Amino acid sequence: MSSMWWLILIALGMGIAGLAAFLWSFRNGQYDDMDGAAERILLEDDPDGKG
Amino acid sequence: MTCCAPVDVQAAFGEPMLSDTLRDEIRLASRDLGDGTRQTDLSVPGVKCAACIASVERTLARLPGVEAARVNLSTKRVAVRWNTADGGPPDLIGALRGIGYEANLFALKQDAKDPELARLVKALALAGFCAMNIMMLSVSVWVGADASSRQAFHLISALLALPALLYSGRIFYASAWSVLRHGRTNMDVPISIGVSLAFALSLYDTLHNGPHAYFDAATSLLFFLLIGRTLDHVMRERARSAVAGLARLAPAGATIIRDGRPLYVPVSEIEPDVMVLIAAGDRIPVDGVVDQGVSELDCSLVSGESAPRKAAAGDAVQAGVMNLTGPLTVRATARAEDSFLAEMVRMMEAAEGGRARYRRLADRAATFYSPVVHTLALLSFMGWLLATRDWHSSVTIAIAVLIITCPCALGLAVPIVQVIAARRLFESGIMVKDGSALERLAEIDGVAFDKTGTLTLGGLTLVNADEVAPAAMRVALGMTIGSRHPAAQAIAESAAQRVDNVPAFGRIEEIAGLGLEARLGGDTYRLGRPDWATGRWARNDVSAGTSISVLAREGEPLATFVLEDRVRREARETANGLVRKGLAVEILSGDRVPVVEDLALRLGIRDFGAGLLPADKVARVAAHGAAGRKVLMVGDGLNDAPALSAAYVSMAPATAADIGRIAADFVFLNESLSAVSDALGISRRSRRLIFQNFGLAVGYNALAVPVAMLGYVTPLVAAVAMSLSSIVVVANAMRLSAARKPI
Repeated sequence: MSSMWWLILIALGMGIAGLAAFLWSFRNGQYDDMDGAAERILLEDDPDGKG
Repeated sequence: MTCCAPVDVQAAFGEPMLSDTLRDEIRLASRDLGDGTRQTDLSVPGVKCAACIASVERTLARLPGVEAARVNLSTKRVAVRWNTADGGPPDLIGALRGIGYEANLFALKQDAKDPELARLVKALALAGFCAMNIMMLSVSVWVGADASSRQAFHLISALLALPALLYSGRIFYASAWSVLRHGRTNMDVPISIGVSLAFALSLYDTLHNGPHAYFDAATSLLFFLLIGRTLDHVMRERARSAVAGLARLAPAGATIIRDGRPLYVPVSEIEPDVMVLIAAGDRIPVDGVVDQGVSELDCSLVSGESAPRKAAAGDAVQAGVMNLTGPLTVRATARAEDSFLAEMVRMMEAAEGGRARYRRLADRAATFYSPVVHTLALLSFMGWLLATRDWHSSVTIAIAVLIITCPCALGLAVPIVQVIAARRLFESGIMVKDGSALERLAEIDGVAFDKTGTLTLGGLTLVNADEVAPAAMRVALGMTIGSRHPAAQAIAESAAQRVDNVPAFGRIEEIAGLGLEARLGGDTYRLGRPDWATGRWARNDVSAGTSISVLAREGEPLATFVLEDRVRREARETANGLVRKGLAVEILSGDRVPVVEDLALRLGIRDFGAGLLPADKVARVAAHGAAGRKVLMVGDGLNDAPALSAAYVSMAPATAADIGRIAADFVFLNESLSAVSDALGISRRSRRLIFQNFGLAVGYNALAVPVAMLGYVTPLVAAVAMSLSSIVVVANAMRLSAARKPI
């Protein structure tokens, strides 16, 4: 029986981690320019000089 | 990566750069980030691929003083951070123009991030997380968990549902509360009541070891409804930002003469009697009187007149008029907030027509729906209480009725159709402001068109290019290539497609109101008004809508150029199609009677009004409204803006003046006027689908409510019924995107 509780805890923990990751990336502006992100991988170096 | 290799297009035309004015404008439109660093947002519609991103960012980063430049491809904007020693901005727009990208400044208020969208997405993410985990636990309960694990699962579900209810549900509570306070009701009222009661009852049952809990129903309901709401919002924002990205018309500042020296100031600081310098190609910022200089003015946005008007000392000019050929000094007669443009804005506010009183279909449905549902729930509660004397089971059944009728399908019935309709419109180049505009467009029984810029393209085109000899065409191209005059530009554009090998003129002089004069060898060439070019009086005997330019060498005519304000593609077909659909079609124009009459005849439109002032247009539109007719106004000019906002629903081409685009419910990007009938067709079909969806939702309720009232609904039944009805409604809405899709 106790293994089930662990499984539920792990499942919820993973869900919360996913939610937190999404909210972090959202707040970090990673969804602001979806088209640009797709094109930027074709650039050799970032003229901005950062990430 | 070859889609847009940068080319130096501007060099071909050698347009004089108004660099100083532009730099001052950039400074006015930038934002202070502290430490002397400022940020400027530019809209660059030409950015399309990785090569564009690279060249734009590299070019800007190389400018002295620029710290960073970042392109956003989705919104087609560039954010530039700069910090120069003297505080003057780098020539951002000039640099971009040098590599072939047109750039416009973005006004400050437009660049703020969208907090509403962020709120919706966060609420959606939380509701999705909670709903899915609760559903996982609920499925375990439904397949038969023993009593103690069921109890534990319900408790975990309650813990998960609480944040979703508090955070994600607040969007609905806030909306429901705001309408309830005004004594009205909308869809959010039954949603809020249903969700909160379901949660409260389930919590009570869980604490008292009851077998059923509705946490899954409550949270997945929030999740589904938030999906619809977020989609709706994204669609509207996309349309809004696409509209905002178009070129800005009103200048942020102007050059005035103070103490004998030119000085660039914000428009709001211009006082009456100040002298304002207006270069060729600039818009006049405030109403005034010409003091010095001779030029021609493009009044098409202000009065609807398509032919350029001559202006000399003593003539009154209105804000928003474009100065075409020569520099002018204008003595301001009014402050910016008393000028023509501001007057139009005030008239727009006063004119707010049918749209303010319009109530959305969903809200109208809700006014019938919520009382019925709440009465049914109350009746089942009283019925069961009388029959069984059991408080708890009576409350359970009443809440089951509320949950099963909770308008998941009804809440999705309208937005899902409108989101799909908006996407289809977007694909055909039409932007819609919101769902209410779609609903109103489907109800119209008349259409009023503006003339210049709406039925016509608002600019001159050469119509007899094939009749002109190539030799004359070459001379004409050489003379017109640097001019800003619309007639000259039309000739240059058409000539450039036919001939190359342009003769090199030493000096080309532009004589305002008359034409262009150039010398080649010993000959003087003139291109312009027939009587001036040939030195003889000539009769302009073509129809009223056209203008004629003659090219002459030493007074001897070489070629005649017929220029016309070209009618938009499919204008005739569209007008006829609208009449066939039983709509009353008319033209409301500020232009002269013969010009309007000529066009009306050609398009087969019987009703027209010419020489109308902005107030007359509003009066005509308002008279229709007072007579109970619902009129779609299609217009583009500043003079149309009040009429656009007075009309039941309105539409503007993307070339329209700023305030016109803001006032209009729809904005279309294409050159073809068929956008009007396309939009009408899609809005009418989506209205039909919305009514079908209402029918489906009512049918579902007719089946489900008796079952619920008899007490046979368990959380499992509720979950299945809710999902099924939502899927049916969404699938029905999808037919809009499948039907008659152009391939």
